[in-house]
Amino acid sequence: MKKILLYALLFCTCFSLYANTIKVGRNENISTIAKGIALAANGDTVLVGPGLYKEHGLIVNKSILLKGANNPVIDGENKFEVVAITVSNVTIEGFTVINSGSSSVEDYAGIKIINSKNVIIRNNILQNNFFGIYSQHGTHCRIENNRISSTAVSEQLSGNGIHCWKSDSMYIIGNKMNGNRDGIYFEFVTNSVISRNESFKNVRYGLHFMFSNNDAYISNLFHNNGSGVAVMYSHGVSMIRNFFFENWGDAAYGLLLKEIADSYIDNNSFEKNTSGIVMEGASRIQVQRNSFNRNGTALRIQASCMDIDIKKNNFIGNTFDVSTNGSLVLNSFKGNFWDKYEGYDLNRDGIGDVPYRPVSLYSMIIEKNPPAMILFRSFMSSLLDKTERVLPGLTPEALKDDNPLMKPLKL
Amino acid sequence: MIKIVKYVIVDILRNKIVIAYTAFLLAISLSIFNLEDNTSKGLLSLLNIILIIIPLVSIIFSTIYVYNSSEFLELLVSQPLKRKNIWMSLFAGLAISLSFAFCIGAGIPIILYAASSTGFVMLGMGLILSIVFASVAMLSAVMIRDKAKGIGISILLWLYFSLLFDGMVLFILFQFEDYPLEKIMVAITAFNPIDLGRILILLKMDISAMMGYTGAIFRDFFGTGTGFFIALLVMLLWVAVPAWLSVRTFNRKDL
Repeated sequence: MKKILLYALLFCTCFSLYANTIKVGRNENISTIAKGIALAANGDTVLVGPGLYKEHGLIVNKSILLKGANNPVIDGENKFEVVAITVSNVTIEGFTVINSGSSSVEDYAGIKIINSKNVIIRNNILQNNFFGIYSQHGTHCRIENNRISSTAVSEQLSGNGIHCWKSDSMYIIGNKMNGNRDGIYFEFVTNSVISRNESFKNVRYGLHFMFSNNDAYISNLFHNNGSGVAVMYSHGVSMIRNFFFENWGDAAYGLLLKEIADSYIDNNSFEKNTSGIVMEGASRIQVQRNSFNRNGTALRIQASCMDIDIKKNNFIGNTFDVSTNGSLVLNSFKGNFWDKYEGYDLNRDGIGDVPYRPVSLYSMIIEKNPPAMILFRSFMSSLLDKTERVLPGLTPEALKDDNPLMKPLKL
Repeated sequence: MIKIVKYVIVDILRNKIVIAYTAFLLAISLSIFNLEDNTSKGLLSLLNIILIIIPLVSIIFSTIYVYNSSEFLELLVSQPLKRKNIWMSLFAGLAISLSFAFCIGAGIPIILYAASSTGFVMLGMGLILSIVFASVAMLSAVMIRDKAKGIGISILLWLYFSLLFDGMVLFILFQFEDYPLEKIMVAITAFNPIDLGRILILLKMDISAMMGYTGAIFRDFFGTGTGFFIALLVMLLWVAVPAWLSVRTFNRKDL
């Protein structure tokens, strides 16, 4: 008897948990998504069939799963915001969201999260929107496996791929962004993770941090962006296992650190950038186990930086290893591998016996007098560099690696 | 004419200096690539060889060879042959054997270890520089009758092109620092084949740095198809003009 009661109880709970599925589509009774949402109750699923839905200003104000079957297209007709989420616990997946309006007053977006928690946006395709996915005051939201592309031309007339403002605990995973102003933009965002994204060919930055503390970005790919990745006015940012390559241009860099503190740059790879890392006013940063390959300048450290620990990195095939703009050096270089090191190792412990000076005289000459680049790698310039290495007079005396490695680290 | 070229090449091969030069290049390039574990650094070392050793050997060997074959030239002039043909065959023989030596000595290691666009540009520039300096040597040898003086002039010319010219440019750069010199610098490089070759290689080798502000002007000129073409044309002028001048002088010369 007890058993039967138990089964009955279980059956009842199952039944009450079973949510309704509301089908929307050309051949169904409900033909618009707005109507589908209006009919749904919290916890229901709205399943949208394939087709083109010209529904602008769609507002999801119930905690539902909005699911697209075979990528239904929601078109904003270049005039409106497309989808806005105003309640918590919403999931949107499998849609193609196109053509949001653009404006210099309003931030129109393909999908916007407004003051909500636990929102999941996954497996969507967003094309030609002003902002792709926009989160304002979002908490614990996942933005996963979306493909966001746009055709931005100038910085002023375009929006960002994923834009988060005053949000917390965001998970941005596995997205692909191109042709936006910034691939991912963070402003006042805390405790968030950005991982396994690919951000390329954006007009400005692949990833842009402003006033966003205690975040991490891990295993992302940033390439061919207008000027790379910028992390500014933040602290507690971990940058791990990212790949920065081919960020080329007059003011381009793999990574810009401006006024940032207490952060980690670990295991990243910087390849073929005009500058690998540029640091301005940065302090207390650990730069470890990164590899810098074939960059124009691997590391530009302004004299305004302090307590930067540059340890166990590989510098291979860079035109210039390090450049700086003053003689004050408050940073330490230790145990890196420099392919231009010409010292010896008598006791064979793998550490060179004479210090390496990564700032070359000719890089300072070029900094002062850019057209002098025309004589770079000539007999004359190598002669100047060699004499400076023997008797440093113009390059900063304290900027040296006392324990340069003889062999590259395995990274 | 082909007969004379053939004879000159056989003669050059017989005196073994070119063979030694080939072996030297081969040994040095192979050891460079084997010693360095990354090819970009190997190419960098090779760049110095191409910019310093190739012009030096090319100009001195050619000058000495022209002086040494003065009796052979007198003999040929007495035959019913055009002076222009005789002189050009001598030049062709020298140019072919020197380029051949470079192709074997440096070309094979480059193709084996660094078959990239940088490697191929380097190969092309080394080849053109060999011919340019053979051509310059022909001019200095025909202008000056005295052998010792002629060789001295050749060495001075090499010193000028590889060091003094750059020193002068650096001096100008710093004296006129306040003026926009970028465009003038591009024009000035046309006066030195070594610089021209170096910049064309640099555009491939240090592409990342050249993409920045410092390299902008050179990238904008040499990096474009037309710029590259013009630079190549100027290099060919460096072959043609001294050769043509030397032919003119040789035609009127009282041997």
